[in-house]
Amino acid sequence: MHEIGIASSILECVAAEAQRHPGSRVLGVGVRIGALSNVDKDALDFAFEALTRQTDLENLKLEIEWRPWRQKCLSCSEEYDVENMDVTCPKCGASHSTCIGGTELDIAYLELEEQPCAKL
Amino acid sequence: MRETVEKKVLNENDRLAAELRQRYRDQNILCVNFISSPGSGKTALLERTLASFAKGRPVAILTGDLQTDNDARRLAKFGFPVRQIVTGGTCHLDARMVDRHLNELGFHGPGLLLVENVGNLVCPSSYDLGEAAKIVLLSVTEGEDKPLKYPGIFHRSSLMILTKIDLLPHVDFNPELAFENARKIHPDMEYIALSSRTGEGFDKWLRWLDALQQKIQQPAAAINS
Repeated sequence: MHEIGIASSILECVAAEAQRHPGSRVLGVGVRIGALSNVDKDALDFAFEALTRQTDLENLKLEIEWRPWRQKCLSCSEEYDVENMDVTCPKCGASHSTCIGGTELDIAYLELEEQPCAKL
Repeated sequence: MRETVEKKVLNENDRLAAELRQRYRDQNILCVNFISSPGSGKTALLERTLASFAKGRPVAILTGDLQTDNDARRLAKFGFPVRQIVTGGTCHLDARMVDRHLNELGFHGPGLLLVENVGNLVCPSSYDLGEAAKIVLLSVTEGEDKPLKYPGIFHRSSLMILTKIDLLPHVDFNPELAFENARKIHPDMEYIALSSRTGEGFDKWLRWLDALQQKIQQPAAAINS
């Protein structure tokens, strides 16, 4: 539901980062989205496209890396993906665990156009 | 050419939330953030909570909605400073809105800041408001599987309040099943069942809130003494 806001925050971040690379055209942006981030991939794609259409960023590619919900067991230290919404440790059955992944909502990288003159 | 960025998408909100959190620490304020679906009874819970407070207790309330100041008017009757945040369509509160309205309210602590988020179980969970605890409400007229359908918010909340328990005789709702589902997502989450209409379970809720306020404010009090 808030994917427009998320897409808009991504674009703001792209603009800010792009300023650090003057003269380089930004071709794409890579984001990491966790299963607990409440962001829907399709809705984000749609929002991103809607916000970039007929702007300078029209061809900017959004690359989404999906991350599973991961917990670490506090009894046996097993690290596991949470399936079927149950955080119980699949190895020892303990219910006490700590979240080690799945809340990501990160900008991982920018894809910049190669600058031929930069090689000189 | 790939250029590593490694930044939070919501880094601007996170930065403002960190400032708010520092301000709450400096001013000895306990801030709690109430989140639920529309109609789960956030405003009713706050009404009865405020009614139980001694007059003059340092408490302030921010209440968010897409439109209208109905909730602020309901909550203003109890004599504590209230500010309505009309988001104009935005489905959650963010740290900037809280910062602005808190300044307008002129609440400087020490005390309790109650933030009633926009009725929505999805987006509010992504936006840190600098609060010490998120509290998620679930009413008995909803489904017991809501924690499984909306794991993000149940995972992030310290307390789950089951509301409208006076209606239990009239609905097919199994409180134990709801709590069991919540524990699947978040085994350490605390749980209180209450009715804002009859007051049943309210003692436990008020004790929980007082205990958290004491815990948050004790270190500073100890330094001052």
